[in-house]
Amino acid sequence: MSTMTNTDSLGPGMQGVRAQTASRTRPFYWSLRREIWEHRAIYIAPLAVAGLVLFGYLIKLSRLPQLVRHAGTLPWWKQYLELALPFAIAMASVLITGLIVAVFYCIGTLGNERRDRSILFWKSLPVSDLTTVLAKVTIPMAVIPVVVTVIALLLQLVLLAAATAVLSMGGPGTASLWAHWPVPQMSLTVIYLVVTGTLWYAPIYGWLLMVSAWARRMTFLWAVLTPIGVAVVERIAFDTSYIGGLLRYRLKGFLDLAFVQPPRNMTAIDPAALMTPAHFFGSPGLWIGLAVAAAFFAAAVWLRRGREPA
Amino acid sequence: MSTIEARGLRKTFKNTIALDGVDLRVEEGRILGLIGPNGAGKSTLLNCVLGLIPFQGELNVIGLDPWRARDQLMREVCFIADVAVLPRWMRVWQAIDYVEGVHPRFDRAKAEAFLARTQIKKTSRVRELSKGMVTQLHLALVMAIDAKLLVLDEPTLGLDLLFRKQFYESLLNDYFDRTRTIIVTTHQVEEIQQILTDMMFIDRGKIALSCSMEDFENRYVELTARPDSVGDARALKPIHERQMLGRTILLFDGVGRDRLGTLGDIRTPSIADLFVAVLGDRQQAQGAAA
Repeated sequence: MSTMTNTDSLGPGMQGVRAQTASRTRPFYWSLRREIWEHRAIYIAPLAVAGLVLFGYLIKLSRLPQLVRHAGTLPWWKQYLELALPFAIAMASVLITGLIVAVFYCIGTLGNERRDRSILFWKSLPVSDLTTVLAKVTIPMAVIPVVVTVIALLLQLVLLAAATAVLSMGGPGTASLWAHWPVPQMSLTVIYLVVTGTLWYAPIYGWLLMVSAWARRMTFLWAVLTPIGVAVVERIAFDTSYIGGLLRYRLKGFLDLAFVQPPRNMTAIDPAALMTPAHFFGSPGLWIGLAVAAAFFAAAVWLRRGREPA
Repeated sequence: MSTIEARGLRKTFKNTIALDGVDLRVEEGRILGLIGPNGAGKSTLLNCVLGLIPFQGELNVIGLDPWRARDQLMREVCFIADVAVLPRWMRVWQAIDYVEGVHPRFDRAKAEAFLARTQIKKTSRVRELSKGMVTQLHLALVMAIDAKLLVLDEPTLGLDLLFRKQFYESLLNDYFDRTRTIIVTTHQVEEIQQILTDMMFIDRGKIALSCSMEDFENRYVELTARPDSVGDARALKPIHERQMLGRTILLFDGVGRDRLGTLGDIRTPSIADLFVAVLGDRQQAQGAAA
């Protein structure tokens, strides 16, 4: 990219082309680009975590042939813990990293541009508040999910390749490993988990973006303590906990909606068989949440528009 | 069509009136200096013109209501709010790419030609540049935009003399072409006196004085009176009087130069002198009353 833009000396023909295309602008695309330029943690953090996980697994690899040999004598769920759990933890840590990055991105972005006054630069250009906020919404709702999914799936393949290489070189063979980690089902599970989680958490991202656009300082405290405070007041005043229940439901309810509890007498874990997309996409909680998210996003646009600069 | 037209423009914040019924008209091709003490309402006025805040009253900027039609307005209007608003994480090439990507009237070659004359490296981040360089970069971006109105709010604050001079020279030589309009506010009034076509004093939300520089030069005369003619000079009703090194210096509005020439040395005052005469006394009066 930088090499492309660093070639200042355009021929006369090139300049003609440039003049023709000069009036075509893509404000949304460039707003998104600049968010990614600014927040490199979007891809660096999940990559770093993936790197750490890989490093840990490489150390484990030396013990792997022995583990597999030993595992043959164990009940299936112990085999599962030995062989598949590291993979599940690896992918979960990438996904959770994405979640954390998204939360901190949303808390920071609209407040920081006001505090460092760079908002005055952004506002000096013909990019509407709607376009800007949409680009910012796209980061947690699409960019980060795609980035973490790709990284998680690649990490899975790298880990599997490494394990396969070790086990097939004079080891006990790869059959049990592959049996415990069916790649297509696991990949599908990761994608499903990311899609459902992102949609479910949309109102949380919306809330954080709105508070970020509104709060003059201490955005984090406003964002976190306000809902907790409301819940506590409700608990004390009315001895009820609707708000608290609502918060808990929003934070972890989607796993119950998106998956069924594994049956007690099962003999293998196949998460793909536990998915309940119809249940999830049919639940009012999802759609109410998305409507609330849209309202928060609209409020963020409105706040960015009307707030005093600096 | 005037570039800016305001009638009864008002803006109030919680308890303070920032703009108290401002009427103004800025024609195309003018360079207007907006001058006033801190908190006079300069920035508020500019924020209204740029559609950054809502206002009461009538305001038209290149035929648009700046608050309602802000997105459209920003295709024709550029501003440098003050130094150091360029995002500090941004690299120079990113700033150029971005502005090119979002602004239909941005001429990349122009910006690059301007930057080539500076020490700025394209791979540098804004935070690595000196304050003067950040301003140069911002100017390079803004001057490459073919805008009808350019607003500069304290564009040279905190810069050293050389950068300030260079800034205004670039602005005049490379940018201004008599079809554009420029509004500039600054505390270093004396440095921009030569480039202005119009000036406006603003004080406590009101326009205290507004005139073209031609009028300014015709109307105002500063007389360093000979000791024996101070009485005669005072009889001509100066608008301001001060003592300097034992001599009496008087400022006149609309008194003939021939007449004053007989009483001492005359010269055209600086905007700063007039500023003190018009606004300094007011504030003293206010202080005395309080």
